[in-house]
Amino acid sequence: MSARRSTAAMLLTLAVASAALAGCSQKKDDKASSDAVKVNATDTACEVSKTTFPAGHVVLDIANKGSKTTEVYVYAEGDKIVTERENIGPGTKASITAEIKAGSYEIACKPGMVGDGIRQKVTVTGGEGSAAAADPRLTAAVGAYRTYAQEQADATIPAVEAFAAAVRGGDVEKAKSLFAPSRTGWERTEPVAEGFGDVDPKTDTREDGLEPGQEWTGWHRLEKSLWADAKIGDEEKKLADQLVADLKDWQKKIPEAEITATGMANGAKELLDEVATGKVTGEEDRYSHTDLADFAANVEGAKKAYELLKPVAAEKDAELAKTLDAEFTALEGLLAKYKQADASYTSYDKVTEAERKTFSDAVNALAEPLSKLAAAVSPK
Amino acid sequence: MDAEQEQQDTASAAAGSGTAQDAAQAVASDVAGVGGGGFSRRAVIGWAGAGVALGAAGVGSVAAATRQDDPAPGAPAAVGGDVPFYGEHQSGIATPVQDRLHFAAFDVSASATRESLARMLKEWTRAAAAMTGGREVGSGAASGLPEAPPDDTGEALGLPASRLTLTIGFGPTLFDKDGTDRFGLKAKRPEALIDLPRFKGDNLDPQRSGGDLCVQACADDPQVAVHAIRNLARIGMGTVNIRWSQLGFGKTSSTTPDAQTPRNMMGFKDGTRNIAGSDTARLARDVWVAPGEGPEWMTGGSYLVARRIRMHVETWDRTSLKEQEDVFGRTKGEGAAYGRTREHDDPDLAAMPADAHVRLAHPDSNGGRMILRRGFSFTDGTDGLGRLDAGLFFLAYQRDSRTGFVPLQQRLAASDALNEYIQHVGSAHFACPAGIRKPGEWWGQALFG
Repeated sequence: MSARRSTAAMLLTLAVASAALAGCSQKKDDKASSDAVKVNATDTACEVSKTTFPAGHVVLDIANKGSKTTEVYVYAEGDKIVTERENIGPGTKASITAEIKAGSYEIACKPGMVGDGIRQKVTVTGGEGSAAAADPRLTAAVGAYRTYAQEQADATIPAVEAFAAAVRGGDVEKAKSLFAPSRTGWERTEPVAEGFGDVDPKTDTREDGLEPGQEWTGWHRLEKSLWADAKIGDEEKKLADQLVADLKDWQKKIPEAEITATGMANGAKELLDEVATGKVTGEEDRYSHTDLADFAANVEGAKKAYELLKPVAAEKDAELAKTLDAEFTALEGLLAKYKQADASYTSYDKVTEAERKTFSDAVNALAEPLSKLAAAVSPK
Repeated sequence: MDAEQEQQDTASAAAGSGTAQDAAQAVASDVAGVGGGGFSRRAVIGWAGAGVALGAAGVGSVAAATRQDDPAPGAPAAVGGDVPFYGEHQSGIATPVQDRLHFAAFDVSASATRESLARMLKEWTRAAAAMTGGREVGSGAASGLPEAPPDDTGEALGLPASRLTLTIGFGPTLFDKDGTDRFGLKAKRPEALIDLPRFKGDNLDPQRSGGDLCVQACADDPQVAVHAIRNLARIGMGTVNIRWSQLGFGKTSSTTPDAQTPRNMMGFKDGTRNIAGSDTARLARDVWVAPGEGPEWMTGGSYLVARRIRMHVETWDRTSLKEQEDVFGRTKGEGAAYGRTREHDDPDLAAMPADAHVRLAHPDSNGGRMILRRGFSFTDGTDGLGRLDAGLFFLAYQRDSRTGFVPLQQRLAASDALNEYIQHVGSAHFACPAGIRKPGEWWGQALFG
């Protein structure tokens, strides 16, 4: 998955998720559009009916009065996407609902769906929003997941420093052996990691995911040097240092990550989607063929999110929890068959087409019911 | 109820669409006089183009007369209607052939159990009843919880039912896979559900062959057919997974008594002689499994053989017209059998080369045996050598494949002149049970129950 697109997807998920947590579906009817923030989008303007509104359940009623298809974003500081709606055709209306905390935001209209958009600063006032309405077990799950994400980031730093040290030392074989382990923590919490829109493109972009003019840095750039070119030069040494620096930046940001229960659930599903689209095909680690290591980490991260949400999910949808337990076990069992004595996984180029099909089926068997987890932990 | 009326009612039930019924009634008065000859005139209505399939032969003179005398009723109105899902037999077999096909073969997952499989089949049945009725699956494509993915994938929103039919079949491996009785069904495997023998010239790709289950989706709109398979595959994830699937086209006038038989990818009219969906006598003789024939759960069902037949169109296209016509035993322009002038003139088999396709495939060369064909042309782009990956996706229904498809194909494989230009690259065999008679019943109930 392209880093940038998945970032937007994740944050959208988080925003929708928080709305769901607050029980927006019940409020929708009685809290009619009189409270809504009206957004008048044209080809040259982005008019907002009020620039200050209270925190909590926010409805944006958008009217595209321009001639181009537009999209509307709500950005938090640092251009973190709080919510968005794409493809609003000329002459049409759209409505976005989101749970927004107090703070400073920008609403952006993007006529033609390109560029940074026409922006309007808004202030959201007040206290806690309505997160207080959430099930305390879910609040606890979110807290525990944040702790998990932090632990994973903290554990990644020494692993990636060891990898970088091998690169700096010019030891190709050692660097190769440390490549996959340096990615584990990241892969386990990828949706959170991708939530920081500026980190992911620097660390985890594949060659085909580069935008025109984008400098290629990060793990996959080094992977290509180590496996395809089998050499380490000055440039690689510099890239290794940069990777460490970028990941330390990520580590520092975890406390500010927006995490919600439904966001965790959808994040778990997204981890499996990553496997389904990138790893099962062998695209992710095309030079090192360490795809199964990433694959396993994605599954572990998804499992963690699920386990934390399970007490609530099982209460609401026991059959779903049963299915998820069984499918996680099946997929873990399948992966275990490919785990070597030294804890590394079989090189993916040694995995036959028929075996890949088996993996693909197992991933679908888990990801499809996992897509229902968010609904099972959202108060309806 | 007299025999004619009974036949007509059954035909209506089988055909489903009001237009087909009207068409049948429109010619009913003609039928009485000529119907005794083994196939009714009504048989031709709605079935004129039914066989794109190989293995076809000319149609009798009775049918030819019908075609010339009867103007085509306004059949296009049938497009968009819905075919009843409930009935004595599964729809999609005797139903007049739709324009498009999406056929999918599934394998049951290693982790699935008899119970989970039965549960899925119940869900499939509910979804199939909804989709064939032009309705959405579950809570639909655009309702339900905003934070959850919709139940229906949505690409058929706003489209009519398009005469969608969904037909299920159970493959040999569901009952016995390498000697393992995975779901306790081994004792219920019909003897007729054989492992098909290897035929001379077969070059079967295992990834386009076999399957524990199959679903045949036929519709007049390809998007509707694809939507149906996609939703069933999604519902089935974790219990079954798609082993292979095939898209088909090439039915352009199947419900109209059109004078033209659709041409296959070789440019020939083929499949003019087929079992009509309204010909209850012939269906009973050659298509539907009778009580006491094999296990009870197959009574009223039928056996389906699917063959992916690749055509070497490039070499065919540089073959002389004379050889092309010799291969089929028909003229290319009119489609008349050798020695005859009209497409539907009764063929004189002796006038054709001994290895002509029509001669070998004709019921007269096969002890009068017939199979019901509803094959489709396919074109899956090009292969790695730049050759068009095209041909015929052959689908045949019969009462017993051991006396239906197998001897016919053995004969064709041995000496058909067409073999130089075609190759069988995929193969599968399925037992399709009787229809779902009323809401609440489910696909496989008699088998699993």
